[in-house]
Amino acid sequence: MKEILELLESNSRLTSAQIAAMLNMEEEEVCRQIKEMEKKKIILGYYTLVNWEKAGEEKVTAFIEVKITPQRDVGFDAVSERIYRFPQVRSVMLMSGAYDLAVIVEGRTMKEVAHFVSTKLATIEHVVSTATHFVLKTYKQLGTIVEDGEQDRRLVVTP
Amino acid sequence: MSRGKSWADRVNPAVRDMPPSGIRRFFDLVAEMKDVISLGVGEPDFVTPWHIREACVYALERGYTMYTSNQGLLELREAIAGDIEGNYGVRYDPRSEILITVGVSEGLDLAMRALLAPGDEVLIPEPSYVSYAPCTVLAGGRPVFIKTGVENSFQVTAEMVDAAVTPRTRVLLLCYPNNPTGAVLERATVQAIAEVARVRDLIVFSDEIYDKLTYEGEHVCFSSLPGMKERTVLLNGFSKAYAMTGWRVGYAAGNPDFIAAMTKIHQYTMLCAPITAQTAAVEALRNGRPEMRRMVEQYNRRRHLVLRSFRETGLPCFEPRGAFYAFPDITVTGLSSEEFAGQLLKEEKVAVVPGNAFGEQGEGYVRCAYAASLEDLSEALKRMDRFVKRRAGRGRILTASFAGTK
Repeated sequence: MKEILELLESNSRLTSAQIAAMLNMEEEEVCRQIKEMEKKKIILGYYTLVNWEKAGEEKVTAFIEVKITPQRDVGFDAVSERIYRFPQVRSVMLMSGAYDLAVIVEGRTMKEVAHFVSTKLATIEHVVSTATHFVLKTYKQLGTIVEDGEQDRRLVVTP
Repeated sequence: MSRGKSWADRVNPAVRDMPPSGIRRFFDLVAEMKDVISLGVGEPDFVTPWHIREACVYALERGYTMYTSNQGLLELREAIAGDIEGNYGVRYDPRSEILITVGVSEGLDLAMRALLAPGDEVLIPEPSYVSYAPCTVLAGGRPVFIKTGVENSFQVTAEMVDAAVTPRTRVLLLCYPNNPTGAVLERATVQAIAEVARVRDLIVFSDEIYDKLTYEGEHVCFSSLPGMKERTVLLNGFSKAYAMTGWRVGYAAGNPDFIAAMTKIHQYTMLCAPITAQTAAVEALRNGRPEMRRMVEQYNRRRHLVLRSFRETGLPCFEPRGAFYAFPDITVTGLSSEEFAGQLLKEEKVAVVPGNAFGEQGEGYVRCAYAASLEDLSEALKRMDRFVKRRAGRGRILTASFAGTK
């Protein structure tokens, strides 16, 4: 099971036949296990890592530190939910250290993101403060180097 | 002005008469073509893990640019001794029993030159890596090939070795896991060979460069068998396990007197292995295990993929248990190894190495290295399938028309 997940995590377009061949399994068994992991939400989705800048699309990403007051019984969960339900919000993580939530927000322009932070995020009840950092350049994302100059430089035939 | 002898006439006859590597010939053919997917590369498709490269850069920044001792950095020899002992339980003294070489290639050359007297025979299981026979000849020895085949899973056996021994035999050269077949030796086979080495008083040069790339069963280090450390020159390096081919660093481990003799040649011809590569090798041994395991795991997955694909295509392929080569039998196509490789290259732009580049015993096979990206590998296998089915189709039509005329 773990091996199937590792393969899919590295390339979600692998077919079950390819996975079966690589792991020396039956294809039906691979299909069955994937289905089951999808049902159990072990597999949450299949996505493509896009370099939008290269595709000619303007996008702005901001990394926001959020401090909140935890509430009785639900801790940080209730406020977090109010935040992550917004479609602009790409990720929300509870952090140890100087602030509570790390929120990643995406928008078309800086103005749009700033507007979202000041009118929606900062005004949520129990949110104490926010600090917004705009992303200037992404070098590596989800384990993938964005502009990788490394290529296969081997000779075509070697002993 | 007298023109004198031509350069060709001045070349040492031993070198002049040496056939060029079959791989080289094929390389020239491939190099002229564009957009070829190559399964002809005998090296990892991974770049050296970053932590190793970074350690080397750091060493350069601190000014590590000088010669090392002839034997190599003691730090590296100690790390190697620790690695061998940890893996196989054989203890080598890093001060006297290990020599750092410029890859296994140099280690093998030194061992041959330090041991062979003119006319001494070296037993080489075939198919074999391309440099064994030429190195033997250059050192004044005589290569004697032991033919291994698919019926023995390309393993050399004790009986074969015993039958090939003559009063002139000095050395048995072993390379398992094997290039080009991917064969490994089972423990019982190694033990039986060790017994023959003892009875026949043979020295064993054991090229174990692919030891970490063993996918099924365990790798048996030849010198780890009882009494064999004294008879073995263990050759290994960093090229395959740590994806460090271009660094050119390896080592020889063996009897201190013999290592001293090899070191003597090494000090006059090579001086020392490059310090950059040696510092990188130290880092590889200290912290490289997780990355190495990750690469080996990937080779293993591709190995399964290749085997299944050949089976579906109808190319019989013995199951390689080590290295990163598959060695399918291509005789079903009715083509020779060279024809197969040549036509596959021309029609489908896939490069494989004709089996006969590894000796007569390789005829009827091609070597496919699965050290290639998944995308390339899948595409190459698809093209090979198309190519083979086209040939098989022709065969059937031919048979059918014969049947019709009866």
